[in-house]
Parts: sequence; structure tokens; C-alpha cells
Amino acid sequence: MTEQTTFHKDTWELYKSLEMSKQLTSGPTLAELADDHPEVVAMSSDLSKPTGLWPFAKAYPDRFFNFGLAEKNMVTAAAGLASTGKVPFVSTYASFLGVLAAENIRTAVAYPNLNVRLIGTHTGIAMGFYGTSHHATEDISITRAMANMTVISPADGVALSEMIKESVESYDGPIYFRVSRGREEPVYEKGERVQNKIGKANILRDGSDLTIIACGIEVLQALRAADQLSGKGIEARVIDMHTIKPMDEQAVLEAAQDTGAVLTVEEHNIMGGLGSAISEVLMESGIPCKFKRHGFYDENSLIGKPYYLYKHYKLDADGIASVAQEFLDK
Amino acid sequence: MTETTSIPKEKIDLIKEKAKMSRLETIRMISMAKSGHYGSSFSSSEIFATLYYHVMNYDPKNPRWKSRDRFVMGKGHSAVGVYSILADVGFFPKEELDTYTQLGSAFGDHPDMNKIKGIDFGSGSIGHGLSVGVGMSLGARLDNEDYRSFILMGDGELQEGQVWEAAMSAANFKLGNLVAIVDNNKVTVDGNTAELMGIEPIKDKWESFGWNVIEIDGHDIEQLIHTFDNLPPADSDVPTAIICDTVAGKGVSFMEHGYEWHVANLGEDDIKRAIEEIEGGQ
Repeated sequence: MTEQTTFHKDTWELYKSLEMSKQLTSGPTLAELADDHPEVVAMSSDLSKPTGLWPFAKAYPDRFFNFGLAEKNMVTAAAGLASTGKVPFVSTYASFLGVLAAENIRTAVAYPNLNVRLIGTHTGIAMGFYGTSHHATEDISITRAMANMTVISPADGVALSEMIKESVESYDGPIYFRVSRGREEPVYEKGERVQNKIGKANILRDGSDLTIIACGIEVLQALRAADQLSGKGIEARVIDMHTIKPMDEQAVLEAAQDTGAVLTVEEHNIMGGLGSAISEVLMESGIPCKFKRHGFYDENSLIGKPYYLYKHYKLDADGIASVAQEFLDK
Repeated sequence: MTETTSIPKEKIDLIKEKAKMSRLETIRMISMAKSGHYGSSFSSSEIFATLYYHVMNYDPKNPRWKSRDRFVMGKGHSAVGVYSILADVGFFPKEELDTYTQLGSAFGDHPDMNKIKGIDFGSGSIGHGLSVGVGMSLGARLDNEDYRSFILMGDGELQEGQVWEAAMSAANFKLGNLVAIVDNNKVTVDGNTAELMGIEPIKDKWESFGWNVIEIDGHDIEQLIHTFDNLPPADSDVPTAIICDTVAGKGVSFMEHGYEWHVANLGEDDIKRAIEEIEGGQ
């Protein structure tokens, strides 16, 4: 199963993908939290199944609202619900949440600092040949520019689940979660110990020659790239910067100091995303450091199946290793 | 609709006086800012006064009281007409209004729920209000509360597509505890609504979206009271839209019906004339 699910060239097909989207853990996590947290409600815009909310919707039908294809109304209604003390989880494709409903998020959710949790799924180019309308390579940039907003790109379903729980139990203010199509191999194993805490970067591998800082599904690819580089005598530190805002600046500064070279990897435009956020921290620190952002270079994706697209854009392990090598050789 | 015999004259006089106060304070505050929304505030004055002095349940000492009725201005630019009422009913001292639009003031052209006690939800981006109301009314249902959400919208606001997304969802979710109030003053910034981007037939539109629709004169306090007093129960299934026929700039003859006064600044002589007309008005 595992081997077949990571960027596999033959498995891109909607219904199959629904069954295989095991990393889209919002639904089961919310269902688990529901009894202890009556304030939790959820909503989607005709995408309760592809977003993974379905298990919650099925178990708690009175606390799930399907708004149909009306994202702007849904986001602002979530804000209205939050004003009555509820904690609404709003999930739809990222292109229709972080991009389409951006003004609603800014004005109705972020500005009044309400406890709305937005979960944009199928980010980046995960929708493959569906095309640019369904891609979201701008959503980190858009949401992190909103005051009060926390922006999180978890590496897998365990990370998403852990940070959803934290967001319900002990976190205040609006959050934009950015997750992929859910079919990726996991980075973390489900366990008793919390491995992902909002605002705290995870250093998953140590190294002294280079630091790769990644978020979302690129974390696993970065780890694999680091293994490849190791075979060539390059030892890379790998950081999972799941929380892009507020950023764990300490982890960035230490990486710059310890390794002298930082490569950021994201499934997002390099303008305004993770790489930009890290460059801001580095430039203001005055720490001398080689630096490169890797992602989409201010371009729209080609049409294609995700497996080929990730390869084409060097966002798989091979690609990241080659980008890293070139970066260090410069 | 015209059976208003049970409404005491004192009540009607009180609401008239408070609507007058709202208009006078609007003129005073806009003169501090040197720019503001006269026309669209005046068209709502009787609606504001009826809601706050007769219809809504709220507690100025406990502004976030869970069971209070909610009021949201989709047309947030009319906030200048509400601030004085919120002060008058006791949400905050009237002196605070003297900071209107000054650096760091809680009181701007559009209302902020986190800075002003009594504002149930901020607004300013036209078209959000009814969606907020959908959320608030869903919240009431989840908590078994019988409060209502009153959402004031302008006729120009009905040009926003999101209003109709919200209208559709309110009927779908059977939100009889949601009340839309349309201040149909027939003007927007650039001109007369009908010429700019017509939104008639308003009544038919709401009805076709599954709403209970009532048409009244939005300056007739007896009609306003009667309508609000006879709303369907909050636990009923059909949301209600009250279409209020209003006059932009109502109360000041040279402003009435004029879209030029939607946003403006009165000169000193005009301020005097306006105040005289409002004070002398019925």
C-alpha cells in the first residue's frame, strides 16, 4: 500500500483517491474530539468527502453544515458561528478557500480574530491535470499576510490531527491549515507522544553541510533527498517547518549558524511562501548564509498527473537532491 | 398592517425622538470627521431606533450576553447612526463618541466588534452581513436559544452575489430566527440604484429564495413596530425579509432622495439648516 501511494504514476483517479486519502485526518480527528468539545462544528462546500470531513459529518450530522457551492457565504457564516462561541472547521479545496474566499477570510475571520479553523486541501499542484483553477500555489502567501492568522502546513495526517487537537484544546485565533490530497506516505507515526506542536519546528535529521527547510508533503521528499545527498558525502539537516506563521525563528537561525546554507522547499510559489518567510528571518538576523528558495518559480503548473508534475518541477526526492547539489556547487 | 391601536403613543414618540437624536448625532460626528454617510444613515434612523428601543433583547451591562438578539449592519457605513444609540442605551459613555474617527478611536466609519461594546459583528465589506446572520442563527439553533439575528442591508448591497448565497442557505437551513431588513433607499454611491444596476423586483427575489417577505414604509414607526411584533416565532422554519421603503437623506429636505449625500460633508450653513429641519421635523 505504502509503495503504491507516494506520487505513484498510476493511482491518480478521483474515487480511488478518496479511499486512499488516509492523511486527510480532519474528519476522524473531529469526530474523536466531538463529545468533549460541543463547540466543534464543521462545514464544507459540497466537498465533505474529498476533504476527509465525511466521518465527522456522518457521526454528527447536526453539527455539520453543507453550504453547497458557496464558499464566501460559508466562510463568513463560520465567522458568525464563531461569534456565538462555536469553533467551526471549514474545509474545501485550497483553491476555493485560501484563494477564492480570501477576502472573507481576511475581513470576517482574521480581522475580528475569531476561532475559525480553515482547512484547505489539495494544495499546490495536487489536483494535477485538473489545471490551474484547481491548483493553489498562492495560499500561504495570501493567508500569512493577514494579521492574526496562524498558517500551518502539516507534513502528514498525524501532524494534521495533532495540531487540530491542539487548536481545539488550547489555541486561540484563526488558523489556516494547508494540506495535500492525503495520499502521501506518512512522516510521523501515530503515538502517545505529541510530535507536532503549533509554532515549533521539527528537526527530523541532523547535518552540518546544508539545511533543507520544508513544509507539507515536501518534508518527506526532503528527507529522502537528504538520504541521497548523504550517499554523496553531503550531510543535510532537515527541518519540518509546519507552522509558517508564527515561525520558529530559533530553528532557522540555528540552521543558518550551524550549516551555513539553507534551502527551502515548498509546493508553492517561491514568492510569498515558506521560502520568503524564512528569507525575512535570515536577512534581518545578519547571519551570513547561502540561501535558496525552491518551489514554483512564479509560474503556473503544466497539466499532468501529479507524479510527473512533481518530477518535472523537481519537487520529488530526486529533484530536491539535484537542486541541493547545484545550490552547494555554486 | 394598519391595526396599530395597541401601540402606546409614548412609545412611538420615544422612538421618534431617538431617531431624531441619531440624525443629529450623525451630523455632529460627521462634522468632526469632515466626511461621512449622511444619506444612508438617515434612511435607517427609524429602523435603528425601533430595534434598540422596542424590539431587541440586550443587556448593556453584559454586551456579550449569550441569549441577546443580534444586530448586524451589512451596510456598515450606517454605523454613525447607531453609535449614538448604543451610547444612549448604556453600552458606553456618550463622551466616547467625541473621539469619532480620531487617531486610535474605537469609532470609525465602519463598526468594529472588538472595539465597540454593543456591536455584535463588525462590517464594512458590503455583502457579508447576511452570511454572518446565517452563522449566528445556526449557533442559536445549536444552543437551543430563541434569540433572533437582525441583519440590515442596503438595496445596493443586494447587488452582491454573496447575499444570495446567504439567502439560499438561510432557507435551506430553515432559519426562522433570521430576519433580513432591507433599507431600500434606492441610491448608491454612484447614482440611483435602478439606473446603475437594477435590483427589482426585490420582493419576488426574496420570495423565490424561499423567504417570508413583508413590505412596509421604513420611516413609519407604527408599521415597523407592528411588523417586528408579529414576526413568526424564532423556532419557525422560514426566514423573514422586511423590505423597508425608505428615503435616502430622510429628514433633511435638500438631502432627500439625493445620491450625492450618500457620502458628503456639510458646510456650516447647511449644518444649521439640517439641524433646524431635523429638530422641527415630525
